[in-house]
Amino acid sequence: MYSEKVMDHFTNPRNVGEIENADGVGQVGNPKCGDIMKMYLKIENNVIVDAKFKTFGCGAAVATSSMATELVKGKTVEEALKITNQAVAEALDGLPPIKMHCSNLAEEAIKAAIDDYRAKNGLLDENAEKNACGRRCDDIHHMHEEE
Amino acid sequence: MGDKMIYLDHAATTPVKPEVLEAMIPYYTQKFGNPSSIYAIGRESKKAIEEAREKVAAALGAQPKEIFFTGSGSESDNWAIKGIAYANRDKGNHIITTAIEHHAVLHTCQYLESEGFEVTYLPVDENGLVSAEQVKNAIKPNTILITIMFANNEIGVIQPISEIGKVAREKNIYFHTDAVQAIGNIHINVEDMNIDMLSLSAHKFYGPKGVGALYIRKGVKITSYLHGGAQERGRRASTENVAGIVGLGKAIEIATQRIDEYNSKLVALRDRTIEEVLKKVPFVRLNGDRYRRLPGNVNFSFEFIEGESLLLMLDMKGIAASSGSACTSGSLDPSHVLLAIGLPHEIAHGSLRLTFGEENTQEDVDYLIEVLPMIVERLREMSPLYEAYLAQNKK
Ligand SMILES: Cc1ncc(COP(=O)(O)O)c(C=O)c1O
Ligand SMILES: [Zn+2]
Repeated sequence: MYSEKVMDHFTNPRNVGEIENADGVGQVGNPKCGDIMKMYLKIENNVIVDAKFKTFGCGAAVATSSMATELVKGKTVEEALKITNQAVAEALDGLPPIKMHCSNLAEEAIKAAIDDYRAKNGLLDENAEKNACGRRCDDIHHMHEEE
Repeated sequence: MGDKMIYLDHAATTPVKPEVLEAMIPYYTQKFGNPSSIYAIGRESKKAIEEAREKVAAALGAQPKEIFFTGSGSESDNWAIKGIAYANRDKGNHIITTAIEHHAVLHTCQYLESEGFEVTYLPVDENGLVSAEQVKNAIKPNTILITIMFANNEIGVIQPISEIGKVAREKNIYFHTDAVQAIGNIHINVEDMNIDMLSLSAHKFYGPKGVGALYIRKGVKITSYLHGGAQERGRRASTENVAGIVGLGKAIEIATQRIDEYNSKLVALRDRTIEEVLKKVPFVRLNGDRYRRLPGNVNFSFEFIEGESLLLMLDMKGIAASSGSACTSGSLDPSHVLLAIGLPHEIAHGSLRLTFGEENTQEDVDYLIEVLPMIVERLREMSPLYEAYLAQNKK
């Protein structure tokens, strides 16, 4: 069901853990849906120098968390914001269609952590959508029906 | 452990016993005749089916004429429920069932609701049990059918079928039970238990997949489901799955002869697993009644972790098990059974079902209880829910 790359990132997840005094922390998902992702970022001069995560969720959720932390490292904040769930899934050689919703969390977690960083530093764009904790199970159900 | 697989998912399916396979093979090769044909090899097939029918009848305390072979447990459930509903529409349109039935029953009832029938889904208590009293209180003048599973496939809970049968008989309402998980584990007598219809499926008791049976008490008013030829006394068209039926007959004969011996073996594996895991792992609960449960069934919920991750990690260690988490069910909701016993979603997501069978040994349990606590700990270290719990407790 899962690609080798997904299984590799599930079995040996990169960057599991917490960052003390992280510059940005974002948590998305909710326990009702069965997937929660928390991302920690260390940001210096607008560049993400370290990323760590903790995830409650299925194999796809763990693997996308792991890959997302790998992808953001070394990127500027603006570059990191452009990472889509598609890009994370592709970097993992794809996910089963039923698991695509799990990968949404990665993109959302990056955004939530960066929002937190910007808020802490007075950089938050007033018009920016609030991403953190915005996901509900009903939203996902809709997405499934549309697929 | 090398490449050894420890199979702990006997509620999903079981391997075909060598004796069963041996009995089946001739009916694919030399004895391939169509049971409806009049020449010798046709008659031979017919005879084999009737012998299997006698074995099923003997296992249930029924008459051979009351046994009808089907294509699966799901088909038996569909036939029993829709067949009673359509045949008795003039008497009423109300059906009583429970919230924890297998989907073969639940989705059939939901379909009938769309056809104008009314269904009561009885809630269960925190151990997964319904009572005969609840059933009695749910009966209305328009009730035509009570369908309640004998034993649950997820949490193994065994319902008070005899008591419910008594209520149904007193009120003169048809009583069907899905006994797919019960055969070979529980002594069943349809007469003593006042059961009017009973579903079973061969692949759950070391028989082949794709063959089941429905017991229909003589005199029960039920419509046919598959129309066509005159097989199964005109009630279920289709050229018979002769080899499958022979396999079902052989498997049920073996399974019901050795119930007590099999039970004591499985109970020992089950109880040791329950005790050791509850002792070794914190934040875990056993789902389903501790005592009124199938001899081979264990179902845990581990807090702070998700079931599919747990299954993947167990699989990497060579252990095959299953879970009621959303991510394994292919839907976004966790198991309806775990929600019905009152578990919050996040705890239902962390469930693990282990079901023991014939080939399992105490060494398998040794290995399981060595590996499982480490996996749970590893997943908790990765879990933001566990982190939040620890942070809260520090304060
Ligand atoms: C309680 C119960 N009912 C019905 C079924 C369906 O049986 P089958 O797989 O033969 O269709 C199963 C098997 O999954 C079951 O456990
Ligand atoms: Zn998931």
